[in-house]
Amino acid sequence: MPFILRRLAFYVVAGWVALTANFFIPRAMPGNAVQAIMSKFPNLQPSAYRAIEAMLGVGHPGSLWHQYVSYLDDVAHFNFGTSVSEYPASVSSLLAQTIPWTLALVGTATVIAFAIGTGLGILAAWRHGGWLDRTLPGLMFLQAVPYFFLALILLEVLAVSLHLFPIGQGYSQTVIPGWNWPFISSAIYHSILPAFTIVITSVAGWMLQMRNVMVTTIGEDYVLAGQAKGLPVRRLVVSYAARNAFLPQLQGFGLALGFVVSGALIMEIVFSYPGIGLLLLSAVSSNDYPLMQAIFLVITFAVLLANLIVDLVIVAVDPRTRSREGAR
Amino acid sequence: MTVALPVTTEQPELSAPPRQLGRWRRLPVHAKVGAVLMGLFVLAAIIGPLVTPYDPSYQNPSPSLSMQPPSAAHLLGTTQSGQDVLSQLLVGIRLTLELALIVGVVATALSVIVGVTAAFLGGFWDEFLSLLSNVFLVIPALPLLIVLLGYLSQRGQTPTILVLSLLGWPWGARLVRAQTMAIRSRDFIAASRETGEKTWRILAFEIIPNQTGLIAASFVNTVLYAIGASVALAFIGVTDLSSWSLGTMLYWAQSQQALQLGAWWWFAPPGLAVALMGTALVLLNTGIDELGNPRLRDAAGAVPGGRRVRPTDPTPVLLAEPPRRSRLGGFLRAFSRSSLLDSDAAAGRPGGSWPGRPGGWRPGRPGDGENGGDLR
Repeated sequence: MPFILRRLAFYVVAGWVALTANFFIPRAMPGNAVQAIMSKFPNLQPSAYRAIEAMLGVGHPGSLWHQYVSYLDDVAHFNFGTSVSEYPASVSSLLAQTIPWTLALVGTATVIAFAIGTGLGILAAWRHGGWLDRTLPGLMFLQAVPYFFLALILLEVLAVSLHLFPIGQGYSQTVIPGWNWPFISSAIYHSILPAFTIVITSVAGWMLQMRNVMVTTIGEDYVLAGQAKGLPVRRLVVSYAARNAFLPQLQGFGLALGFVVSGALIMEIVFSYPGIGLLLLSAVSSNDYPLMQAIFLVITFAVLLANLIVDLVIVAVDPRTRSREGAR
Repeated sequence: MTVALPVTTEQPELSAPPRQLGRWRRLPVHAKVGAVLMGLFVLAAIIGPLVTPYDPSYQNPSPSLSMQPPSAAHLLGTTQSGQDVLSQLLVGIRLTLELALIVGVVATALSVIVGVTAAFLGGFWDEFLSLLSNVFLVIPALPLLIVLLGYLSQRGQTPTILVLSLLGWPWGARLVRAQTMAIRSRDFIAASRETGEKTWRILAFEIIPNQTGLIAASFVNTVLYAIGASVALAFIGVTDLSSWSLGTMLYWAQSQQALQLGAWWWFAPPGLAVALMGTALVLLNTGIDELGNPRLRDAAGAVPGGRRVRPTDPTPVLLAEPPRRSRLGGFLRAFSRSSLLDSDAAAGRPGGSWPGRPGGWRPGRPGDGENGGDLR
């Protein structure tokens, strides 16, 4: 089977597992949305249970199989039910409001961190034992600091004390959201500090990984052969060693996306950024189960999609994946 | 197990045979720093709760004790409600480390079982288990953790431990599987099969002992992940907020605006403790990596005899003079037994414990190390 078809099949399976887990989790766990509402309004009669169930559309009529099929049907139509905490807003409308924020900020910051980290990793491996290499323990410390801790301190110092950046939020309260310049510039201004914190906490990981693979490829025989031919060092490092070290780096990028997204969730909580992570926090603290589950699904599918894109890039840059195709 | 590691690394210096001493010495410097640092944390976790000056939850009603900076009575100051930060920190380190170690043990055991089973059974089971671990890897863990823990109404430690272990095994399983595949085709496995060894015996006595390093590394990684995830979850508030862990300390400090009120002594210690613990584990792990792959070693290996070696230069084979060791390594070695007995070191000569002295045992000599041409 061609590489990309195999990967596609894998994502279909992974997506199905996520969907199914999402279906069974609320049925296997204690607590549900109706109970959450009932406990919020203690003066409700127990008989109101069915009414609330019907109102939220979370009742489970029919057999398990029937429920499963109608659940899949709902998901296919982006119908995730009604939010409990933001009633009567539908979950999908809440998602539509928040996803663009997360996507723009986290996507950009991740790509920037990946690019800088890979570049620094190449430099560190090239100048093996140089000053950049010696900063690695410091970078490891930076990476081990809990993300939110660092972000809170930066927020406190740069935004609260020095007034260099706005304190949280996605945009200034004085501008009207829309495609106008004041709003866009305000949004960019508000995103600089969060993006910066993501970049400095994740850059070390990319750098370390690239450096480690690169140190190995630089010692390979074909690099030595290239050197014996008298190739310039820059060419050896960039086109010989780095190019081959980049493939595992790219694969690591796909696998790390889940972690990146997790970090981004916390970033939004620290900066009160109006994205999907903040929504998830408010859903959890108000026991808004339908919203929680929809967010989990959306994040999972976003990560799967991003992985698929990474795979397409791998097919484009790694001839081995194509030659296996050609051999069939 | 890491708990035992600092102990086993410190002990040999006093009593164990020189072989083990050599092993400790051959560890890269940062691995030693990591081991010592982690040992301190384990020590704090073991004796900390016994020596806490106050009950961490005791809220001192006197308003003069609210948000006090560090003083003689409260070495790390007090919180808004007059609780002693140092006591909270000591208890918190215990709880966080306990959780992380349990998760580490359970998840690593799961990954070894899954990895070895997949590699050994092959065929359908291999495909299935590999698929399973890849699916678990690609599904983002934190949202799933939040959703699962959001449902578990009684949010004690147990659900957190269970859920973290359940999601923590796939990475290790992948590594163990690959390693097992590599080992199982080796001659000594074929030999033991020929002699009629049972499969479980081959697994338990040939395959698994041969990947101790890998399993140790994946254990350290899992502990790291458990610390990070549990602290993040506590910070979000989806955990048992009535017990003191480093994460709940940060949660309360943040929710009561410690940072805005300038109470750094409340906010900084738990965060730094997590950071230091994480650094120690990362250092330990790169150390383990470098033991297996000498190419990853840092400057000391790249600068034999003070000459800069470009990575593209041919491998330096001969070593004319004793390599320079970093200052910290020398400092740590100064406490080792051999340096106490060693007249060279006592006389303050640099590199006094370097091999080459006539007689006696020679540790880590270039060429006889397991790593083949150890340049350090």
